[in-house]
Amino acid sequence: MHLELFLKDYDKGAENLMKERLRILIAKPGLDGHDRGAKVIARALRDAGFEVIYTGLRQTPEMIVESALQEDVDAVGLSILSGAHMTLVSRVIDELHSAGLEHIQVFVGGIIPDEDTVALKEQGVAGVFGPGANTEAAADFIRQRLTES
Amino acid sequence: MKLATKALNGNRYALARIISLVEDDGANARSALANLYPHTGQAHIVGVTGAPGTGKSTLVNQLAKFLRTQDITVGVVAVDPSSPFTGGALLGDRVRMRDLAGDPGVFIRSMASRGSLGGLARATSDVVKVLDAVGFAVVLIETVGAGQAEVEIARTAHTTIVIEAPGMGDEVQALKAGLMEIADVLVVNKADRPGAANTARALEMVIDRNSTRGEESEDAWIPSILQTIALDGAGVPAMWEMVAAHREYLRSTGLWTEKERARIETEMLNILQNELLDQLLARVGEEQMETWIGRIAARDVDVYTAVRAILEGEK
Repeated sequence: MHLELFLKDYDKGAENLMKERLRILIAKPGLDGHDRGAKVIARALRDAGFEVIYTGLRQTPEMIVESALQEDVDAVGLSILSGAHMTLVSRVIDELHSAGLEHIQVFVGGIIPDEDTVALKEQGVAGVFGPGANTEAAADFIRQRLTES
Repeated sequence: MKLATKALNGNRYALARIISLVEDDGANARSALANLYPHTGQAHIVGVTGAPGTGKSTLVNQLAKFLRTQDITVGVVAVDPSSPFTGGALLGDRVRMRDLAGDPGVFIRSMASRGSLGGLARATSDVVKVLDAVGFAVVLIETVGAGQAEVEIARTAHTTIVIEAPGMGDEVQALKAGLMEIADVLVVNKADRPGAANTARALEMVIDRNSTRGEESEDAWIPSILQTIALDGAGVPAMWEMVAAHREYLRSTGLWTEKERARIETEMLNILQNELLDQLLARVGEEQMETWIGRIAARDVDVYTAVRAILEGEK
């Protein structure tokens, strides 16, 4: 097994062309205190091989973007159950843009009505996951979106 | 403009990008590090280690907050473990560091250990160099929740804070070798919990012993045992005072330079070892390695003979 690690390592030519690990920030903006969903998806992404930076509850859009910048993540996952998703998500997207981080893809999880899902995607959200979403499928979807670009 | 130049000019995203490059270890990282290296050597590098749940992140948060009141800039590198099975990681140290948000004098980076043992990631010391180069006066390294033998931090940091908490084991645990021996500052956190005084007393005994071993001179550094309550920050200023005193001690005794030379030696040997192994494996090839492994597994040859044969085949 160790040998495999070394062999993988010495084949660096190809390896260097792509980032070694996908990094994603999982945050809960706004004031609702229900972080179970955020933790479940964080765990699922970890199991799917992501490096997940978990920031916890009550993050302001400014805090989220600051963390995303310092951690140099590929994506931000926002878990929102308060109903304030339209306001919060567009503020995060605006902040990302003004920080020059428009390459960071945004995913949203929570209770989001269909018409809002459409609106969020129009604003540039790369994926929306509702209460019944399969976590493995979500992780696959996120990986695919992040590696195809 | 080069990333390194941008980072030196205070561009925080350039800094974050360089850290990623260093973590992924490519040719770009090497050239960035080469550009930054002349600017390093200014920061006081402080390690914070201890068992999981002793309060490392919370204490790092409080310490950084305190340093900011003294107008000292702080870089934080927080290491958490990668899964040995999937390579994924859940990096949760920022949860306890939210007080530091919005302050341009602070930069926090979470790092996954990426298979490295010893409590740090392979690239941790290089990431510290990057933060040092761009001007953070203190760089705090929070290790993976450490057991007994994760002592890598003592080689990377100038000053190592070891955190204990009450109720984590009896005196015999404290007498064991390892973590206790690397402490420059020993902290009993959660001092408001029952048993804190007992824990401090047990540690006191160990320190007494440690300091009487060998022929250490009278002016040898003897770690003090401090009590803190990371939740409200009690004891944190005294802890910093001790850390700063340790830096003065290292400087005045010449140990600062001595430690640095020892660190560079270890670092150079490690890199040489890795590079030589990479080169050798590239020449020998996977197929031949597999053949040798098969033969060793079949008891056809022993591992030492095989290694000698591989090296001799090289000549």
